[in-house]
Amino acid sequence: MISNYIGFYALSFGLIISVLIIIKSIFFLKKNNEDKSKNFFSLLSSQFTLIIISFFSLIYSFVNSDFSNNTVFNHSHTTKPLFYKISGTWGNHEGSLLLWLLVLTFFILIFFLKSRNLKLSYRVFTIFFQQIIIFGFILFIIFTSNPFGILYPIPEQGLGLNPILQDPLLAIHPPILYIGYVGTSIIFSSSLAALVTRSMNQVWAKHIKKWIFASWIFLTLGIMLGSIWAYYELGWGGFWFWDPVENVSLMPWFCLTALIHTISVLEKRNMLQSWTFMLSIMTFSLSMSGTFLVRSGILNSIHTFANDPSRGLFILVFLFVLILLSIFIFFTYYENIKIRKIQFLFISKETSILLNNWFLMYFLSVVLIGTVYPIFLEAFTNEKISVGEPFYQKLITPFMVPFLILMALAPNIKWIKNKIEKLNIKILTLFIINLFLSFYIVKLTNTKYLFATLLITSAFFLFLISLRDVLNTNSLMSQRISHFAFSIFILSILFNSIFTKEFNSNMSVGDEMKFFNGTIKFLKINIYEENNYQNIKGTFKFKNSRNNNIYFEPEIRIYNQPNISTSEADIKTNLFTDNILNFNLINDKEYFSVRYQYKPLMFWVWISTFFIAFGGALTFIRKK
Amino acid sequence: MIKKKFNLILIIFIFSFIFLGLFLGLKKESYYVPKNFNTKKVINLKSKEFFSRKEIKLYDILKNDNLTIINIWASWCLPCREEHKYILALSKESNINLVGLNYKDKFSNAKKFIKKYGDPYDIILADTDGTNSIELGAYGVPETFVIENKKKKILKKYIGPLNKISFNEIKKIIKDENK
Amino acid sequence: MKINKYFLILILFFLSQFTFVYGANKAELVDEISKNLRCLICQGQSIYDSNSDFAESMKILILRKISEGKNKKEIYEFLKSKYGDWIVYEPTFNKHTYFLWLLPLILFIFGGILILKKTLKVK
Repeated sequence: MISNYIGFYALSFGLIISVLIIIKSIFFLKKNNEDKSKNFFSLLSSQFTLIIISFFSLIYSFVNSDFSNNTVFNHSHTTKPLFYKISGTWGNHEGSLLLWLLVLTFFILIFFLKSRNLKLSYRVFTIFFQQIIIFGFILFIIFTSNPFGILYPIPEQGLGLNPILQDPLLAIHPPILYIGYVGTSIIFSSSLAALVTRSMNQVWAKHIKKWIFASWIFLTLGIMLGSIWAYYELGWGGFWFWDPVENVSLMPWFCLTALIHTISVLEKRNMLQSWTFMLSIMTFSLSMSGTFLVRSGILNSIHTFANDPSRGLFILVFLFVLILLSIFIFFTYYENIKIRKIQFLFISKETSILLNNWFLMYFLSVVLIGTVYPIFLEAFTNEKISVGEPFYQKLITPFMVPFLILMALAPNIKWIKNKIEKLNIKILTLFIINLFLSFYIVKLTNTKYLFATLLITSAFFLFLISLRDVLNTNSLMSQRISHFAFSIFILSILFNSIFTKEFNSNMSVGDEMKFFNGTIKFLKINIYEENNYQNIKGTFKFKNSRNNNIYFEPEIRIYNQPNISTSEADIKTNLFTDNILNFNLINDKEYFSVRYQYKPLMFWVWISTFFIAFGGALTFIRKK
Repeated sequence: MIKKKFNLILIIFIFSFIFLGLFLGLKKESYYVPKNFNTKKVINLKSKEFFSRKEIKLYDILKNDNLTIINIWASWCLPCREEHKYILALSKESNINLVGLNYKDKFSNAKKFIKKYGDPYDIILADTDGTNSIELGAYGVPETFVIENKKKKILKKYIGPLNKISFNEIKKIIKDENK
Repeated sequence: MKINKYFLILILFFLSQFTFVYGANKAELVDEISKNLRCLICQGQSIYDSNSDFAESMKILILRKISEGKNKKEIYEFLKSKYGDWIVYEPTFNKHTYFLWLLPLILFIFGGILILKKTLKVK
């Protein structure tokens, strides 16, 4: 009970401090006296402390199952294991926003401490813009999604956490993703500040690059964890459904990836300032629109969240205030960017990075348009359509071929150079060998995809070239590892989609089914009563053509709080293939619908994504 | 300078458009209900008569009167019990053909249901695998279709249980058609 | 290019790990079609992934239509006439979706022109 008040007042004081900092920074920037930075530090750190207090009092309420708290009542239950009580804190809308806020205040503090070598006015401007964001967020939390709502009389029991969310991966997925999202807010504020204070130069690029990389790494890992969760928990055998909620996290990722490349042009050659600026604004706007699209209930998605249109309206207005503010600032201070008449030579690293951005922006536009187009179509014409996987595949896959080839060749092009190297015979033969090899693979599998051959060729090409680069040089290791990992990633996805096999059937206990590469026997079912669910466990014996036996034990869980049943697939992962088996109740309960899936290289999809992010992380290690 | 102003106006225009679209989108229901497809001609579905389990075609039923009402129901569906009194009331209308489509049901359960609550239907069809309902364009139980017999057109479709308002609407349609 | 040879061998070894199946039968065609259909009960899931009554019936219906000799397109058209364009994941190219399909491509061309301008301007 008391923790409710503590949490709420700590949050409110956080809002007051936010106002104080905004006022103080305006005064400071008018007078421009350079020696009062200490006050900012104490204000920022006390704001951070208050939000920590607020966040921990919410955790405290969750751990103690304090059902006088509205959020706890709606999302927790006494029978839940302690681990999920804690992770339940950010497994819901209100708590997750508080986590956002926590990271926001933490990051601006870190930013302030880590930017000592830069102009004070730039730092204060960044704080100013960042506090506007924080101010908006606290208002949003207090007025539309207060996590400390009080219930009276106090209910005896909570409503429970959606069982599909009771998963260790989902406990760490949101924090990681949020660190990525919130990191983009620093990039946003900082580029606004840099434009206003004329400090958008090479020093700034070097400084903001770290933030860009950090956000990118966390966003990559966050997206990866999300798809691993979808793969294991939903048990449909897929890991990316082109669902709006997933697309929303992919959009800022494209922007950040473009930014990673562009910022090095700014760092090394001091150009592309305005493009860098626009990318920074776009990245953060897309992160925010993600929150808007997910939380407002405007989208129709497999990932259902509790929605409230008033929340949507608040974020929408707030988002557009920020966007208009940045447009206004861009047009007012545009002259601050010194436009140097620099040559962009056709064959140079600069141009290749522009090409990279060109493709990434195209991918972004496909995902963005595919995600929001149905909303607009309905708003203006009342027609409803669905945009799903076939759309994205048709528009993205053909463009992957030149993109991959570019990705293989570009890293070896020098800055400012304008000389086409002699057409490298080795590279050309390599390409042709790949072409034949891929044709062989496509023919062998009887795949109908027209682009498959070319796509595999270019992915192999990138694979071999980047492997050579990883082995040969020790400079720019981080980039080479990421590119190499990306080639493995694309190859794994390609082979996965080509070689995947599925088998569906209705079976009852004792049945045996023969299919393409083996037989499945339904041995038995056992029913257990667990702490907060009833568990129907089936045992299946799978015998493949090589006479190896695999025993599968998928489960159907019928939870009591809330009353939801989930199907837990049994996934046997090994280095080359995953074997998945799940089963589901059919209406009359005598038969079960059984699905067996053969999915190659799933492990490599995860491991390569990890290495893509790891490559980024190397930039931090190398500097020291 | 003019170019700059032009750009600014263009950008603000684009963003206002996006804002408007999203703002209007907020007010729309995101759950999809297929209700605008009621002018299509029904296809001649193959079904089974409920008691005899003999094969029967829909067009053979759409003969007798001007109007046919098809009501999709199941014994396991709770809202069906709710709306049953309206169906019973409809059965008193003399010049319509009232068809029940028994959706994915056990024969014994369905028979018990009719015994307990009354059988208002002129004929009952058994949709054992649920495909008849899909061919009609339904996606759940209960659903009620009002069909004009000559053109074999769906005049009206009600998703979910009938209520007082929809019941009166149906009565009005019957009146208008039999003028 | 010594590496190349080893990789060829490695890749061939790799391929031998997988099972190959030829041809698509009716059941596979049902899977293919039902993956492109959106379930009306658990919206956001495909008919293929869903276990709802509606989805199960739909799969039976698709199989029957295939046996009757209908092709993929006819089945999609039939379902669209019953449930609207919403039911397919791949939006039809019509007056409502010109922008959806073409806008990304227009933006791509536009971007290309910008880059060409930037690189070819100063000589």
